Amino acid sequence: MPETASDSRLRWRCRRGMLELDLILQEFLDKGYDLLDAKQKQLLDVMLEYPDQLLFDLLLGNMISSDKDIAQFVTRIRNTLRT
Amino acid sequence: MSIQNIERRRFDALIIGAGGGGLRAALQLAEAEASVAVVSKVFPTRSHTVAAQGGMNAALANVLPDNWHWHMFDTVKGSDYLGDQDAIEYMCRAAPKVVYEMEHFGVPFSRLDNGKIYQRPFGGQSQNFGGDQAARTCAAADRTGHAILHSLYQQNIRAKTNFFDEYFAVDLLKDEAGNVLGAFVFNIHTGEELIIEAKTTLLATGGAGQLYRTTTNAMINTGDGMAMALRAGLPLQDMEFFQFHPTGIAGRGMLITEGARGEGGYLVNVKGERLMERYAPKAKDLASRDVVSRAIYTEVKEGRGCGPEQDHVMLKLDHLGTDVIQKRLPGIRQTCITFLGIDPAEHPIPVYPTAHYTMGGIPTDRFGRVVTPVKDTPEEVVNGLYAAGECACVSVHGANRLGGNSILDILVFGRAAANHIIDYLKDVRYHKPMDENSVDRAYERLHRWDRTGDGESVEQLRKDLKRTMEDNCGVFRTRDILENGVKEVHKLQERMKNARITDHSGLFNTARVEALELENLMDVALATVYSACARQESRGAHSRIDFPERNDIHWMKHTLFFRENCKLDFKPVRTKPLSVASFPPKARVY
Repeated sequence: MPETASDSRLRWRCRRGMLELDLILQEFLDKGYDLLDAKQKQLLDVMLEYPDQLLFDLLLGNMISSDKDIAQFVTRIRNTLRT
Repeated sequence: MSIQNIERRRFDALIIGAGGGGLRAALQLAEAEASVAVVSKVFPTRSHTVAAQGGMNAALANVLPDNWHWHMFDTVKGSDYLGDQDAIEYMCRAAPKVVYEMEHFGVPFSRLDNGKIYQRPFGGQSQNFGGDQAARTCAAADRTGHAILHSLYQQNIRAKTNFFDEYFAVDLLKDEAGNVLGAFVFNIHTGEELIIEAKTTLLATGGAGQLYRTTTNAMINTGDGMAMALRAGLPLQDMEFFQFHPTGIAGRGMLITEGARGEGGYLVNVKGERLMERYAPKAKDLASRDVVSRAIYTEVKEGRGCGPEQDHVMLKLDHLGTDVIQKRLPGIRQTCITFLGIDPAEHPIPVYPTAHYTMGGIPTDRFGRVVTPVKDTPEEVVNGLYAAGECACVSVHGANRLGGNSILDILVFGRAAANHIIDYLKDVRYHKPMDENSVDRAYERLHRWDRTGDGESVEQLRKDLKRTMEDNCGVFRTRDILENGVKEVHKLQERMKNARITDHSGLFNTARVEALELENLMDVALATVYSACARQESRGAHSRIDFPERNDIHWMKHTLFFRENCKLDFKPVRTKPLSVASFPPKARVY
């Protein structure tokens, strides 16, 4: 779970305009963030810059990213929700 | 930072909230060469407008014959005759123009083969004053909110609007005469406070769905602007009217569209009984939203709920087969797989009524000016203060909102407020001197959270408030339940006095933001439960078991709640439109 100021900033960036994104991202921060390596944290950073609608389509499985790293990371986030 | 050293900035207009209403107003003002500041607690394109997927109504008549007057009739009827007919006429007349403006700003509306804007039919729309179905909703595929928000944001960047992203507005600032002169805000990144002095201030902070445990609303929807208005001594109007959908995912809130029951899905209780056979023997699972919502509540309250807490019922779709579900309800299937780890083709979905839209809010006239009763005058203008969108009550939605009218509302009245501000600024050339006591009060409110030691947890209080509101001011309302709600919310407010946060840092102190949001929710909760307790009738979304009928003789009036002593007042509905005859109240039958 994030504790430093930069991690708090990350948590705030996970406050989005859609409830679905709030729930997925907050749960992922709580359960999966501490297990990420530096590259994966960077991927999360990239994804949080996406518009809400795109993030929604990726995380809800309506769309698969053509970037393999992002696609794999999305799967990781979705799997975390089911643990 | 000491209060004397706080930086001050001056603008012609301050807009608090960067959803569709705030951004539409900001653009109008910036293009008129007013200096505009937009304060938003999240990055603007992450505002809740993005979640509005349905579209916006306008009588363009591109698919079927249509007329703004028919749109007006449907909106008045949908409001259960509590909507103000002057504002509704204004909105319905302005709708086509606003759609074309949005198109010019870059919204890629879906098209017909002939190139015109596509329009889809939606519930509550009719031709010829209650006749055949109309097709009135313009949409950019299923991402209208996203398209509107991004187009408006980009236009504002072009027009050089000043954005204060990730700033939190604490309170409005006034002078001794009650003129609103700006707001006290702070930067969430650094914790630095800022006094924004503005000749005019527009509240556009959205709704308050976070009042309820089960809601479709994003976490940012904490009624901040509504609570700021209450603390400034202004009332909230018609807060008892909160729109619920009967089937949200239990404990999570996301909507399971009525289409699921339309396709043949049905609700069962813990015994596997089709519960709607008991409450609506004819229509069963296709009964109206309020009937289905109350049936679910009753099953749970009478011990026939499902799950370890027996706090929901189940929506069965598995009998429809995988192909039908995948073809006709793909979004629902993905949502269930993502959040519940279940495929509705194999397992039933746990559901409970979910809070969706705040019809009530800060009272305004059709120019977006905030109005309040003063002595014998029911609507005295509050100089310098405007409100638009879900945080406002203009009131075009009255007791219930029609689908496709919320995006229209934010754009029409965001624009109308800006137009009035432009005129107001011609007369008000200079900034008025601030009452420094109002600055002190905002500063103290913020720094109350610096106190240390043991106390109640903000997170626990927020959970308790949401549960209290769901149990005592949800879809099943009686005098006893609502009076208990009033008592319980007061108890929570008492506990709030002893609440503490453990993070006292300046940098990105989100604990402090969440504490301030909870204070806002508490005030809005009181307004909601007091207003619901007072209204002894059933109208629109407010459904009282002990007063099941609409009562036009005694209750065709707006409720006003004031924070001071939790006082209630009422004012008449504006039944006279601008240019056409009134629509007198009739039974609302579809």
